[in-house]
Amino acid sequence: MMPRRTGYEGVALVAPFTVPYERYSIRNAQWFAAQALRGLLKEARLDKSQVDGISLSSFLLRPDTVVGLTQQLGLSPRWMDDVPTGGASGVMALRRAARAVQCGDANIIACIGADTNHVESFRQGLANFSSFARDATYPYGAGGPNSMFALITDNYMRQFGATRADFGRIAVSQRANAALNPNAMLRKPMSLDDYLRARPIADPIHLLDCVMPCAGAEAFLVMREERAEALSLPHVKLRGAIERHNAYAEDPVMIRGGWLRDRDELYAQAGISPDRLDVIHTYDDYPVIVLMQFEGLGLCELGGGPEFVRENTLTHDGTVPHNTSGGQLSAGQAGAAGGFLGLTETMRQLLGTAGERQVKDARWGLASGFGIVNFDRCVCTGAVVLESAP
Amino acid sequence: MTPPVFPRKNPVLRTQRMNLPPMGRGRVAHGLTRAAAVGDHLELQVCEECGAVQYPPRDACGTCLSPELDWRKQSPCGELLSVATLHHSNHLYFRERLPWRIGVVRLDTGPTVIAFLTESVVPPRAAGGAERTRVQVLLRLDRAGQAVLVAQPIEELNMNLKDKLQMETGCSPRGRKILVTDGKTAVGQAIVHALLDAGADTVWVGFSEPWKRGEEIARLRDVPGVEAVALDLTDARSVAALGGELGGKVDIVVSNAEVHRTESISSRPGTDSARAEMEVNYFGLLRLAQAFGPALKGRAADGPGHAVAWVNLLSVFALSNLPSQGTFSASKAAAWSLSQGLRAEMLPHGIRVLNVFPGPIDDEWNQNVPPPKLSAGALAGAMVRALTDGVEDLYPGEVAQEWFARWKDNHKALERELVAGGL
Repeated sequence: MMPRRTGYEGVALVAPFTVPYERYSIRNAQWFAAQALRGLLKEARLDKSQVDGISLSSFLLRPDTVVGLTQQLGLSPRWMDDVPTGGASGVMALRRAARAVQCGDANIIACIGADTNHVESFRQGLANFSSFARDATYPYGAGGPNSMFALITDNYMRQFGATRADFGRIAVSQRANAALNPNAMLRKPMSLDDYLRARPIADPIHLLDCVMPCAGAEAFLVMREERAEALSLPHVKLRGAIERHNAYAEDPVMIRGGWLRDRDELYAQAGISPDRLDVIHTYDDYPVIVLMQFEGLGLCELGGGPEFVRENTLTHDGTVPHNTSGGQLSAGQAGAAGGFLGLTETMRQLLGTAGERQVKDARWGLASGFGIVNFDRCVCTGAVVLESAP
Repeated sequence: MTPPVFPRKNPVLRTQRMNLPPMGRGRVAHGLTRAAAVGDHLELQVCEECGAVQYPPRDACGTCLSPELDWRKQSPCGELLSVATLHHSNHLYFRERLPWRIGVVRLDTGPTVIAFLTESVVPPRAAGGAERTRVQVLLRLDRAGQAVLVAQPIEELNMNLKDKLQMETGCSPRGRKILVTDGKTAVGQAIVHALLDAGADTVWVGFSEPWKRGEEIARLRDVPGVEAVALDLTDARSVAALGGELGGKVDIVVSNAEVHRTESISSRPGTDSARAEMEVNYFGLLRLAQAFGPALKGRAADGPGHAVAWVNLLSVFALSNLPSQGTFSASKAAAWSLSQGLRAEMLPHGIRVLNVFPGPIDDEWNQNVPPPKLSAGALAGAMVRALTDGVEDLYPGEVAQEWFARWKDNHKALERELVAGGL
């Protein structure tokens, strides 16, 4: 018999840290990564030499990788990782770091998602994003991810009867959450009517379905629980984690993601059912994907997303507190750091440090990731369940 | 008088410069370019081991990992699954021509493609509806000369000439001002008529020695839309003068002037007749390209009726030398090579270079060549069709098609077969 997959017992997440977002920056991604590490050390009252593992996710760090950062920042880690999966990078960095600290390959690992945003950088990243994108999507209007998700949204609306107002409910509630997040880029109140009247970008996707690219970083530390306790560091526990890539490739247009395939294992690891979750952070680079995560992660059935958002309120004080930071739709998408946003916000909620947008008595939180539009859909999916430490 | 197809240009306005569609493609993806360049139907990679049809193009079978992927003709039929209308683009070419409609098509052979949609494609109905939207996926070359997929309704034979995708991937003579370099031959006369039948606005027809062939000029003189001009391709000053006069107006140049002698290397001593062939077939093209190329390049985005194409009348004997017409073949091979250089210079400016490779044409110089021979009318018709479809290489007629297939299959076999005689 195959041995059961090892659980994540004893893995602690510490010190969620955000380098404030800027719409555009003339600084390098390296600057944001460095400030993230500096912030982590300050939050956790650690010396640089105590960090013996580093995991980095960034689109614009090139020509450097995490290797270059060791010399730039004077680190001598015994474990490193470079996770190139954008919106799925936070979950994947955490999964890898968790195993490393469990095994003792590293004691304290800094997981960092950092990117800059120059005026031209988003556009320049598109033409050669992948060989499939270069050959088979970019030459068809160069719409970038907007165009691929417009096709996915159009199909989803037809298949499951979703309306623009359903997507609007997600965007509007996240904007309300963002009003309570001082670091969110977009905090101006937004009504459903504002959402519906936004100009078309890649119909059926309109302006307020799109995230705003920006510069910034998100980061956290991973270590064993004993170490966090010894250092008197408030922490949350990793209770379950899954990832899956290129799932359901047989669906001609994406209607579901890899979460659906592995979610039972996720909740089995955590020992809870989805209705126990107090706060949920999905990857919200287009609202249609939020619905697929609700469905894939067992909050509702496949195709039940539209009804689910009609029946629930998604603000931090709602029936399903969701993307309480405002998500990328309102907080902004700081490149690969967007894949960390849900994680750091879940940590804050479980640590009770989310300020005005704190979800009361939050114990169980879920953060999911979704990344890399290689051709006609994002390929990488993942999710983690976190629990507050008593 | 019928009004012009395209509105007259306001001479005060700045001439728009051409911004090309994205040029980037991987080497494997150029399998599509190869098929699109000759106007073939959809070709995709097929795994020789497991038979899986692949898209997007790749280096190994996505099913069984075999490296043996062969480009093969595919049914173009499929079902349209979803539609998006782009009102924003990150690329200047698209941005200047918004909106664009794209869709996901599941081909009957399996793979899913993203394609442009013609205006006549109706979006699919809501799920559960019995109606399915059937489309055919065509391979076309875009303004950058790169292959793109275009979906049109399955029952539609040809794209509407006014459809944006037809305008952007084809080079229809409709409404255009065209120079045909030689009007004295049967082929030249047929080309002029075919262009006019296809809706050309004006055709300037070159005559090298107007005093010699009054009859042919007279035949075209009274045809509306035709204007005879003096053009001697062996005379640099004559070519430059016409370039100065017409360069800023011409939308399509048809380089059809040729000297054709039926000499082998040993059938005639000396180089006089070979030199005469080269003087027109090769140097004439060079002079013409120098005189008209720059103007064409500058007008590739000059309003809706912009400059669009350059056509070279070559010969299928350019591919492999026909010994009995050895010097003619060589001059056409030289012109073919030069045309590739011309294409390399024109393509970055959005001008298509169409090379026409006919087999023997049914004219006085091929008197002793056995049939089938290509009639002037058939050649002209195929040329106009190829222009309209935006094709890059045309092999009109059965002889040319077979010759091209033999050459592609085994060029050494073709050489040996020609030693043995015949075509």
